[in-house]
Amino acid sequence: MVRVPLTIACAMSVALAPFGAQTQSRLSLESVNVDLPPGDDLFPDGPGVDAINNNCLACHSADMVLSQPPFPRAQWDAVAHKMLTAYKAPIDPKDVNAIVDYLASVKGVK
Amino acid sequence: MEKVLLPRPPVSRRQILGRVGAASLALVAAPAMADTTVDLPFVGGQAKRLVTGAFPQKGALILQRTRPPLLETPFDVFDHSVFTPNDQFFVRWHWAIIPTEVDVASFRLTVRGHVNQTLTLSLNDILALPQAELVAVNQCSGNSRGYFQPPVPGAQWSNGAMGNARWTGVLLKDVLDRAGVKAGAIQVRFSGMDEPVVPDAPDYMKSLAIDHARDGEVMIAYAMNGQQLPLLNGFPLRLIVPGWYSTYWVKMLSDIEVLDQLDTQFWTKTAYTIPDTPGGNVRPGETGFNLVPISRMLPRSFITNIKEGDAFEIGTSAVARGIAFGGDAGVSRVDFSSDGGTDWREAELGTDHGKYSFRQWQIRFTLPARGKQVLMVRCTSSSGEVQGDTPIWNPSGFMRNVIERTAVVVA
Repeated sequence: MVRVPLTIACAMSVALAPFGAQTQSRLSLESVNVDLPPGDDLFPDGPGVDAINNNCLACHSADMVLSQPPFPRAQWDAVAHKMLTAYKAPIDPKDVNAIVDYLASVKGVK
Repeated sequence: MEKVLLPRPPVSRRQILGRVGAASLALVAAPAMADTTVDLPFVGGQAKRLVTGAFPQKGALILQRTRPPLLETPFDVFDHSVFTPNDQFFVRWHWAIIPTEVDVASFRLTVRGHVNQTLTLSLNDILALPQAELVAVNQCSGNSRGYFQPPVPGAQWSNGAMGNARWTGVLLKDVLDRAGVKAGAIQVRFSGMDEPVVPDAPDYMKSLAIDHARDGEVMIAYAMNGQQLPLLNGFPLRLIVPGWYSTYWVKMLSDIEVLDQLDTQFWTKTAYTIPDTPGGNVRPGETGFNLVPISRMLPRSFITNIKEGDAFEIGTSAVARGIAFGGDAGVSRVDFSSDGGTDWREAELGTDHGKYSFRQWQIRFTLPARGKQVLMVRCTSSSGEVQGDTPIWNPSGFMRNVIERTAVVVA
């Protein structure tokens, strides 16, 4: 990608800024073109890892899931269903249990 | 009392990219390039996080999630100044489709709905409006969630999902007046350029009551701390809702819709709700309480120059300093205890940058007894609210504002 920053001076002339013109900033805004880290690392191995990799990584990276404190299986089940109902995660229904299995195994209360 | 910002080595990703070969691009872009870690001192055990410099226009930040980004300000930053530098200001996005390219010439902000005339404003149009400026704390509803006991799911933030900046822009009221709000308007809904990955998922939008939107304080900011906003903090425009939690401070603001009926969409009505109880506090497992949208912030205060476990010499004078904010009011006083909350003394306050700003405080103290001693700091807001000494709890991990405790060792 060619990165040519487009500098567009946005500070307006006094004539176009009749109100509070003397306090107008000379700030000019500059176009931005950046790259964000992909965050596409897979989940580490565990029971149901394919299900969580296939269904969850489209919307978010794995890191925050892996830094959650341990929760009981029922709480992980609630999290998975919140993703389905509130956030409309396109999870294959047959994969939901496998995802919860993975979470309960890797981040479960021992 | 204010200190000059300490210079930090820039960790610009673009610079890093310039130093390495193209073959390593994928590696550099990954969070694995982060060079240090930090241990967040949660109750369930220390939680290790990467400190990353991998995000554009940003310096060293604690990586909570790569995509969509959740980046936390390392706490020592708050000891350097009451103004949080833009490149270390925390970042929190809900959906992963974030425009990475914003052209200032073609960007438009639309104002529509229950108005006399729809506006399509360029950035030049907005810069030509009367300028407004305000210093205000921007704090995530879930700041400090990692300290909730029992723990709750969600970003496990330490105390750095907050920041304080001088916001420059225009009053929302001035923009709404130009559109001409029609009689019968109830709320104003705000949406940014970010989008959910799943088309069916709810786009991120938040609403404010019409009177709040026109209160002459709510702003549309085009600058923070005198510079254009970093893209990840909402470039080119961000809604500023002083005294209210960050969920309302819509980033990459591109659409303002005046509503003549209540906003019932997910992010306003269902998400970001708290128990309708004092302080949003319930017992773990409790049911049967009503939920209401989170709104105004509560007073908080922190020691910024002393860490848990720091060693002190018995009988020697020392200085504690830090920051406080009153929530949706100013800081009336900050009290400090060096004996676990038995005796309290009033701290000296630093420059007042306005009621919505961090306020620095400092106090001299002496520890007279050997062993473990607990330092505590307590803010009283100008509306008379005082931080409590018992942590609140709610299922979403919102609104923590307990008196902070820092145990030190006296020898």
